[in-house]
Amino acid sequence: MLKISLDKLGSLFDAIAEKEALYIPADKAGQPQYMRYQTGMQMTEALNTVRSAKDFFFPQTENLVNFKVSGKTIEIIDPRTEQEDFVVFGVRGCDVRSFSILDKVFLVDPIDTYYENRRKHGTIVSMACTRPSETCFCHTFGIDAAEPEGDAVCWKTEDALYIKANTEKGEALIEKIRPMLEESDDSAVEAQKAATREILGKLPLANFSTEKFGGDVLLKAFNSEKWASLSEACLGCGTCTFVCPTCQCYDIRDYDTGHGIQRFRCWDSCMYSDFTLMAGGQPRLTQKERFRQRFMHKLVYFPANNNGEYGCVGCGRCLSKCPISMNIVKVAKSLEGDL
Amino acid sequence: MQGMMINRAKELLRDGTVNRVLGWQAGEFVYDITPAVFETEEELDEGFVYNGFCGNNLSKYLVKETLKEGKILVFLKPCDTYSFNQLLTEHRIDREKVYVVGIPCEGKTSGEMLKSKGISGITGISEDGDNFIVDTVYGQTTIAKADALEERCKTCKSKKHVAYDELIGEDGEVLDSHRFDMVAKLEAMTPDERFAFWRGQLSKCIRCNACRNVCPACTCEQCVFDNPKSGIAQKAAADSFEENMFHIIRAFHVAGRCTDCGECSRVCPQNIPLHLLNRKFIKDIDELYGDYQAGAEVGTRAPLTNYTQDDVEPSIVYHREGK
Repeated sequence: MLKISLDKLGSLFDAIAEKEALYIPADKAGQPQYMRYQTGMQMTEALNTVRSAKDFFFPQTENLVNFKVSGKTIEIIDPRTEQEDFVVFGVRGCDVRSFSILDKVFLVDPIDTYYENRRKHGTIVSMACTRPSETCFCHTFGIDAAEPEGDAVCWKTEDALYIKANTEKGEALIEKIRPMLEESDDSAVEAQKAATREILGKLPLANFSTEKFGGDVLLKAFNSEKWASLSEACLGCGTCTFVCPTCQCYDIRDYDTGHGIQRFRCWDSCMYSDFTLMAGGQPRLTQKERFRQRFMHKLVYFPANNNGEYGCVGCGRCLSKCPISMNIVKVAKSLEGDL
Repeated sequence: MQGMMINRAKELLRDGTVNRVLGWQAGEFVYDITPAVFETEEELDEGFVYNGFCGNNLSKYLVKETLKEGKILVFLKPCDTYSFNQLLTEHRIDREKVYVVGIPCEGKTSGEMLKSKGISGITGISEDGDNFIVDTVYGQTTIAKADALEERCKTCKSKKHVAYDELIGEDGEVLDSHRFDMVAKLEAMTPDERFAFWRGQLSKCIRCNACRNVCPACTCEQCVFDNPKSGIAQKAAADSFEENMFHIIRAFHVAGRCTDCGECSRVCPQNIPLHLLNRKFIKDIDELYGDYQAGAEVGTRAPLTNYTQDDVEPSIVYHREGK
């Protein structure tokens, strides 16, 4: 185990940022979000960012291709510039797991090269949780908040930051900052893990489970009469989908620049009235069907297609942020009796 | 209060005055309340709740609910009744199909508000006089209710119900709220400072549209920004100023109709103080056309949709620095 004293954290960040782009969770106008590190920037004290870390690999909007029209010729222009190497520091266990869920969507045939490119150039340094919230249920999906996944993992104690590599990328990063780190035993880390796991066991959702869901109950879940009342108060906004680390639906549209076309993609939300709108019409006519899509996708369709893995990491953002406080936990608890 | 409300709702269901009840449903953690329609006495007993976390303004749901069969009972807090009147003025609600019970409100808080005070791991909340006692997995803490109030409630404009069929409890008064203090502070900034303030806030926007969808003044069947045929549908921001423009345009669209219920700021996942844009318009309208409160009465002609020969010319008034 390697460690660095917390009062040297700033110089550690400076050292990483000197070699590659570094992003840390920091407060902007009172809200925690990932920001490109600049000397002096402090990490947020908040448990997690409002927006998840998926933006690094799957940004809210991006240009895919440009077309330039002149006379009878159309020039096709790839707008991508070379992707720089970057480090995302301080990612929580839930968000780290979300990357492997997104991988199952974007890195299967046909591989999404935009996403793949960013994944290749990004190094994830995770941060163990010490003060989980009542909305946390990552343990439901086998995630250990006390020892998250990631290329490298950190534990922050009162006076030091401990770091350990999990992958070659993580080792390469630690190699670059090795002179600043000192050897240490892991007693402080083990003590923190034990304390955090004890808290995790006391959380109100400690025993929450989604195991009744999956591909086997597709029709039962789909046809449940409860969707009507569950979705009744839904505003049809996109908050849950946009703060969600695993929501991955997008729309592709053309923007007419007057002298060509910019083809871009942007996050879409199944909660929106024009979600999957086609020439033939809208297959999900009311908010009930759109609402159902979101939860069926995470609890039934995704596990059906991915060996039982659910499309949720239990980060709790939708529990905190939904304007009407409707969320995957309430939906799962309400439906499980029917399955 | 909750017990009285449930009993009255049951009576009104039983005597056939209404066939369903629009209220608030208890959640998983005390604070995560969901608006809900209750159809039976059993449903009311099981889930109906009214407490300091029932912030949702229920009036907009009546647009949808009054299209259905039968009359619905709705519980409205004082500030919700302004939205209700405004929706009636705009012919968005069928008054014949609603039975309004006005209920008192001592101000609301929220889970997010408690968390912003550093309280985490909440497992239970009880009230003790002027305090909330919050149980958490990290121990018990006490917070003064006044400190936990949502911003909109700290500057509550009215405890008076402007619409109801019956009231539970005593009616209150219109308050001298100081709600324009922050607007005045922004006005006193230099243009560059003000620009920096709003850029900082509005650039946090993730375009989830929660502010628009919760807003009782935003009841278009289809918003132009959702209509692929409008040419200005906005799923993606063309540049870093587009979210800023969206909010500015939305504030213009609801100017003179916004009752200042504050739902936009309550629901914003990024805590952008959107209500300040609307309050700027309200303050300007008050100053230029005389005091006007949207929703105070039904059917009034709002200053911006009315014309009189005495109307001011805003640009000239500003040029004279308000004289």
